[in-house]
Amino acid sequence: MQGSTVDTSQTAMAVSQHAEASGHGDHPDHRIFGVYVFLLAESMIFLGLFAAYLTFRAVADVWPPQGTPELELLLPTANTIILVSSSFVMNRGNQAIRQNDVAGMRKWFAITALMGAVFLLGQGYEYFTNEFSLTDNLFTSTFYVLTGFHGLHVTFGLGLIAVVLLRSLKSGRYTNESHFGPEAAELYWHFVDIVWIVLFTILYLF
Amino acid sequence: MTTTTPLEPNPTPPNGEPEHNERHWKDFFGFSTDHKVIAIQYFVTSFVFYLIAGAMATSIRIELATPNPDFLGYENYNGVLTLHGTMMIFLWIVPAGAAFANYLIPLQIGAKDMAFPVLNGIAFWLVPPGGLLLLTSLLIDNPPVAGWTSYPPLSLISGQVGEMMWILSVLLLGTSSILGGINFVTTIFKMRIEEMSIYDMPLFCWAMLATSLLILVSTPVLAGALILLSFDLIAGTAFFNPTGGGDPIVYQHMFWFYSHPAVYIMILPVFGLISEVIPVHARKPIFGYKAIAYSSIAIAFLGNIVWAHHMFTSGTPGWLRVFFMAATMVIAVPTGIKVFSWVATMWGGKLRLNSAMLFAVGFVSMFLVGGLSGVMVASVPFDIHVHDTYFIVAHFHYVLFGGSVFGIYAGIYHWFPKMVGRMLNEFWGKVHFVLTFVGFNLAFFPMHILGLQGMPRRVVQYDPELTSLNQLCTVGSIILAISTVPFLINAVWAWFWGPEASANPWNALTLEWQTSSPPIIENFEEEPVLWSGPYDYGIDREPKDEQSVSELLAEVKAEL
Repeated sequence: MQGSTVDTSQTAMAVSQHAEASGHGDHPDHRIFGVYVFLLAESMIFLGLFAAYLTFRAVADVWPPQGTPELELLLPTANTIILVSSSFVMNRGNQAIRQNDVAGMRKWFAITALMGAVFLLGQGYEYFTNEFSLTDNLFTSTFYVLTGFHGLHVTFGLGLIAVVLLRSLKSGRYTNESHFGPEAAELYWHFVDIVWIVLFTILYLF
Repeated sequence: MTTTTPLEPNPTPPNGEPEHNERHWKDFFGFSTDHKVIAIQYFVTSFVFYLIAGAMATSIRIELATPNPDFLGYENYNGVLTLHGTMMIFLWIVPAGAAFANYLIPLQIGAKDMAFPVLNGIAFWLVPPGGLLLLTSLLIDNPPVAGWTSYPPLSLISGQVGEMMWILSVLLLGTSSILGGINFVTTIFKMRIEEMSIYDMPLFCWAMLATSLLILVSTPVLAGALILLSFDLIAGTAFFNPTGGGDPIVYQHMFWFYSHPAVYIMILPVFGLISEVIPVHARKPIFGYKAIAYSSIAIAFLGNIVWAHHMFTSGTPGWLRVFFMAATMVIAVPTGIKVFSWVATMWGGKLRLNSAMLFAVGFVSMFLVGGLSGVMVASVPFDIHVHDTYFIVAHFHYVLFGGSVFGIYAGIYHWFPKMVGRMLNEFWGKVHFVLTFVGFNLAFFPMHILGLQGMPRRVVQYDPELTSLNQLCTVGSIILAISTVPFLINAVWAWFWGPEASANPWNALTLEWQTSSPPIIENFEEEPVLWSGPYDYGIDREPKDEQSVSELLAEVKAEL
């Protein structure tokens, strides 16, 4: 009699633990793996665009084409520092949620979003004050398309952070056990960051 | 020992028969997350587009029955040609591969569904809008006429509105393909039943792993190229427009960085299907499991570094040509390994020459022809001679029709009983095979000769001396068109009234045959057991009665 009680309770425990481990249905959560695979594909778009830019540059006799004004460096450098440090700020947010500190996560994520917004504003200001436009020559076209495409990604990243912040208002939505949303948003943000470092190097510095 | 447990007694008995719902026919017409429903949706959608694009092919051939434009005319010919190529690639072969992947991967690895079922549904539902957009682009005033390659500057100065619709459509279909790829990779890596190691996996899953990696690495680059092209079209930039200082060659590089791997995206899933069909119907273990598995990965890797062999006449410098020529020829090695392995699997087997097997054998022989002409055009001097001639048209139709389409048919005949639960008619299957085989060779073999005689591709008007060979091609294409009729009637009839199929009509060993036909929702009543390798045909697991050495020798002598 006693033996069978133990059996039933153990099975029930096993079943409930099994159910807990699952995101949906009843298999373990593979979404973070999926995010990595998605970022692999994303990075290939940027790689293709960078390769196009570098080829244009390698083939041209004079680069940038004659009559292209010098690029202002001060603002983009400041912008780079802001974006790169925002990655570290965001990481603090994820450390917080790993310790079940939702308020801490919210704080760090909000600061990250603020820094991202400052970056975008700086980029907008640069667009506004630049002395060249999209169709002037091959350099200006690639400049706007590359930075613009990256800016779109920053905007999307801000959207992800906003979603996480909104969802975190519901208590128990994110815990130290279950925090796919913040983790995925952070991965995406790091990705956008790394792309910017490459972009900044080949477009502004090198 | 007294245990007081706060837990409820187990509400669902673990060994009880789980309840499952029946599929309703309406599920197939809406958003579904069931991988089997999505697979059928992919099959039917892509087959409809195949019929439309096939009708376009037939009208192109009817046009070319005479040397002068008299059927489609100058205006319509280029548009129809562009749509034929684009649809056959992006709306037939690529989604047909996704259809098999969706159906088979979860079943073959013992999973209940794909890793991301909702994403899977979204990936499918990008296909119909993409296809309809493409079809409407033909009906507007200026349809896309720059061919499926859409090379600038031609694509920038002809049919701009149609060209933009073409770009949007391809971006949609590409996104669908990438989302599918994410799902396949995750499912294959993460969802296998515990006792199935990666080397117990059916070869189709290996092939889809290689395909998905190719999709993920190459498709985004095409998206990048198309984004730049649409800026040239709409915003007036000059990335690819030489009059504004741009470089059309960069487009060619980006385009072929996707579109050469796309050839493998279209053929690798079929390699996988064939590796399943042949051992089952030859009743023999596959020859060289690891060789076939690794050669898929090798093809995926090499496929990414050979793209410029499409550009030997685009002013590519000599040293680059030599690299791409050598790398291209190297691909013949892993591909040859596969062909040899399939032939060695059939060698000495108890062949069941049913429709599935006939199409599989047809695939091996026809693909071989396409592969051989592929090695020919890989060599720079020969390619410069036949570039943009009908020799190229013959080559890629042998690969894509003789290869992919024959393989897809083999797969359909093989898995139809599993998917629908009913058997196809063997007699009409064989009629279908014979008509397809004859029509195909008649339509495409003479094109080799036409190409060598100098007939350029993509022309509506040609030298009257070439008329008779062209008419032979046209007859072949009409036989091909007719060949789909017995298949369609057979499939539709069997779907409703065919004899019911058992769970495992071919006595196959992979896991999808361990569940009912068609499989229940969530696939298996209980987690399937891996009781043998995927291709252990004809291997007796029971130890035989010990034979003494003298008996054995006597037997051998008797055979002499």
